[in-house]
Amino acid sequence: MTAAVFFGCAFIAFGPALALYIFTIATDPLRIIFLIVGAFFWVISLLLSSLVWVGGRAITDNRDGTNREISAGSLSLSRKWFRFAYYRLLRKANEGLKTINPDEPAPSMRLLAYVSGLGFGIMSGVFSFVNTLSDSLGPGTVGIHGDSPYFFLNSAFMTQVIILLHMFWGIIFFDGCEKKNWYPLLAVILTHLLVSALTFLNPQYEISLVSAYMIMVLTGIWAFFVAGGSRRSLKRYLLCQDKNFLLYSQRSR
Amino acid sequence: RSSEAQDGHGWKMATAGLGSRGLLRLLSFCVLLAGLCGGNSVERKIYIPLNKTAPCVRLLNATHQIGCHSSISGDTGVIHVVEKEEDLQWVLTDGPNPPYMVLLEGTLFTRKVMEKLKGSTSRIAGLAVSLAKPSPAAGFSPSVQCPNDGFGLYSNSYGPEFAHCRDIQWNYLGDGLAYEDFSFPIFLLEDENETNVIKQCYRDHNLSQNGSAPVFPLCAMQLFSHMHAVLSTVTCMRRSSIQSTFSINPEIVCDPLSDYNVWSMLKPINTSGTLEPDDKVVVVATQLDSRSFFWNVAPGAESAVASFVTQLAAAEALYKAPDVTTLPRNVMFVFFQGETFDYIGSSRMVYDMERGKFPVQLENIDSFVELRQVALRESLELWMHTDPVSQKNKSVQSQVEHLLTTLEESGAGVPTVVLRRLNQSQPLPPSSLQRFLRARNISGVVLTDHATVFHNRYYHSVYDTAENINVSYPGQQSPEEDLDFVTDTAKALADVATVLGRALYQLAGGTNFRDTIQADPHTVTRLLYGFLVRANNSWFQSILRQDLRSYLGDQGPLQHYIAVSSPTNTTYVVQYALANLTGKVVDLTREQCQDPSKVPSENKDLYEYMWVQGPLNSNGTERLPYCVRSTARLVRAVSPAFELGQWGSTEYSTWTESRWKDIRARIFLIASKELELITLAVGFGVLVCSLVITYCINAKADVLFIAPREPGSVSF
Repeated sequence: MTAAVFFGCAFIAFGPALALYIFTIATDPLRIIFLIVGAFFWVISLLLSSLVWVGGRAITDNRDGTNREISAGSLSLSRKWFRFAYYRLLRKANEGLKTINPDEPAPSMRLLAYVSGLGFGIMSGVFSFVNTLSDSLGPGTVGIHGDSPYFFLNSAFMTQVIILLHMFWGIIFFDGCEKKNWYPLLAVILTHLLVSALTFLNPQYEISLVSAYMIMVLTGIWAFFVAGGSRRSLKRYLLCQDKNFLLYSQRSR
Repeated sequence: RSSEAQDGHGWKMATAGLGSRGLLRLLSFCVLLAGLCGGNSVERKIYIPLNKTAPCVRLLNATHQIGCHSSISGDTGVIHVVEKEEDLQWVLTDGPNPPYMVLLEGTLFTRKVMEKLKGSTSRIAGLAVSLAKPSPAAGFSPSVQCPNDGFGLYSNSYGPEFAHCRDIQWNYLGDGLAYEDFSFPIFLLEDENETNVIKQCYRDHNLSQNGSAPVFPLCAMQLFSHMHAVLSTVTCMRRSSIQSTFSINPEIVCDPLSDYNVWSMLKPINTSGTLEPDDKVVVVATQLDSRSFFWNVAPGAESAVASFVTQLAAAEALYKAPDVTTLPRNVMFVFFQGETFDYIGSSRMVYDMERGKFPVQLENIDSFVELRQVALRESLELWMHTDPVSQKNKSVQSQVEHLLTTLEESGAGVPTVVLRRLNQSQPLPPSSLQRFLRARNISGVVLTDHATVFHNRYYHSVYDTAENINVSYPGQQSPEEDLDFVTDTAKALADVATVLGRALYQLAGGTNFRDTIQADPHTVTRLLYGFLVRANNSWFQSILRQDLRSYLGDQGPLQHYIAVSSPTNTTYVVQYALANLTGKVVDLTREQCQDPSKVPSENKDLYEYMWVQGPLNSNGTERLPYCVRSTARLVRAVSPAFELGQWGSTEYSTWTESRWKDIRARIFLIASKELELITLAVGFGVLVCSLVITYCINAKADVLFIAPREPGSVSF
């Protein structure tokens, strides 16, 4: 659909991620590294999940319907195992990071959570949307077989939602592991599955997109509270009451 | 040191931690993958490729370029179906969304319509022509009215009253479309199903309601046929030679049209030397190739196939005569390739003969008989054309007279063929004999079914098919039954072949067995079936070498276009058919057959040895191959202009074909400009908003997010 649609959809899908990158990640080289490494590990896990998919398909003889359920079921079992390993490794990682940069303060777990979530989000967005984007450069638009002509727009908005959701899930997940609170972890996994299931409704873009946005807003609010925000801080921010607040927080330490 | 070790360890842990978190989270992504991903499935949602199309490509000669051409990234246009001439108005003036891609009915593909389209190239992106079924009743020939003008015998210095077809316009229906230069791509839609898909898309999206502009999205088509060569052969060959001289990776832009002529001798001769001047040869010639407006579509039933099939049958009949080895004169059967493009094959053979590069020389030629279009005889008449200008010489005239009377005597025994002479003041039709007469006055005759203008109403067009020469098979028969079914056309051509065979026998000096020479209609019908209906049949499979099986294609007839890669399918099949019909099976093993120099009784200079597949055995599982010894050979047919480097030559053919990278066609929907701009605007809006919001949140992040009370750690 030509360059106009290409750039429009690219900005819709990757605009928020780009903005977050420019203002929060690009300023610190350590954060860039964590972002890239996170993205790289997303790619590795994509490879492994594809192997599980292929293996599942080979076992069940290409029956698509049962295949998806089998792979989804086998995942939750492996997840429990990975959870424990992850938490212990990250604790050790914190000490290591402190020794790398003795001068600067080590990045906190929350920062790691945010950066890695963003990394996953960006890479998953790129992988799921880049092919569609490249097809949008050509002269044609979707529709000759009867599909909706708003396919590109909807894919772009869905990708934007997914990227932001990954960032929020990262924050909530890491916080849950820190506080050894298992309910947030479960909720994250369930919402992830829910959003994936929503994409199956895809020709009805209104339902899937609106529900995905609602889930994103709710998850965003939860992540805001987990990351240290509160109604009070929000009020203070909106009313520009910095000074008093800072003095107050410093005094209370 | 321990801290360094810890560094490395900690670093690995950090990344591993992220990794396991990633593994964990993204194993569920396989489900998401199924939903969102799938790159080429998006492409399948957008485009419908058109697979059964034939493009029109660019051909160049010494001074001009002809054919069609698209821009390098394809030409896109909104589809408009033109079924009557009034529909053109929408395309040329009324339509609000130019440029248009016109889908033209086959019957409207005429000069008048094409002149209109050529005149408004800003509104035309390209043209797709659908095959007219049945063929246009008024006839259709995109070739010129005077084929091969300027390269034949008659010019302003020799027989000027006949030059440029002043006397007879041979191809009177020709409109010359194939020799025009178009700046937009033109494709032929060969498959009716694809044409219907396009028309359905047009009906669903492009029809306007009550004369108002049609609503987006509209159905559009994109054609890719970008040609690399421009201007003329001189330019493109010069560019190619510069590239091949100076570049490590040369970009050749055009290739000369070239292939191989097929020839064989009745009595074997030593091909490593030349014949003695006293050895006389009767030459019988015909052409192998044809063309049409579109690339590699050249059914050529009347213009080529019928004549070379007749000659093959005559060869088979003649070789069976008992005393062929003792005839005073030899007979050479030659099938010229490239005659459509200013006599490539025959001009090359004359050139080789003059220079002694060919075993037979011009002085060895006793007489020359040529078969031109012979399938559409009216009231059984077969006309004998001779050249009036060379007959002004008395000796030539007497030789020609002898030739004609021999033919008439031979034809007397075949009541279904009536040989007729022509007025002395009529020129030769376009034929290879003209090239031989340019070099030397030999006595020759051209046999055709037409007295003056062609009887072929589809000369050099896509409609010159089996139907044109009345080759039809009753339905409900298997392909093998069709192969052996003797059509009336086959019988008629067999009769012509009989006359030709007997005439050749008599011209070669034979007397006793003339009337036993009889062409076999069964052979003729099998050849016609293979070349016109279905090449992949059991007989063709059995006479070919094993590695040439794929040349027969899958279904459908062979196309007889000369092309640039050689030898073509037709050349090989004709050579092997000639070998099968005129050769002998010899008892050699495969290794001996492929290299007979080791075998004392066989001579590679005299004969050609071929190891052919043979028929299937009774179980149908394996083939029974054998060795065929014949004199059927190939000789190179490239225009002498390329040997001499005279790319601008007016004496020899200079036709070349441009090279290209990508030729394809596809249809899809296009959206309105407004929707595209809205998408771009929304994208910019989202980007600007997110930049603003992020900046604001980041600037006051310490206000919004309160750090947990960890000693010595500061967040964000």
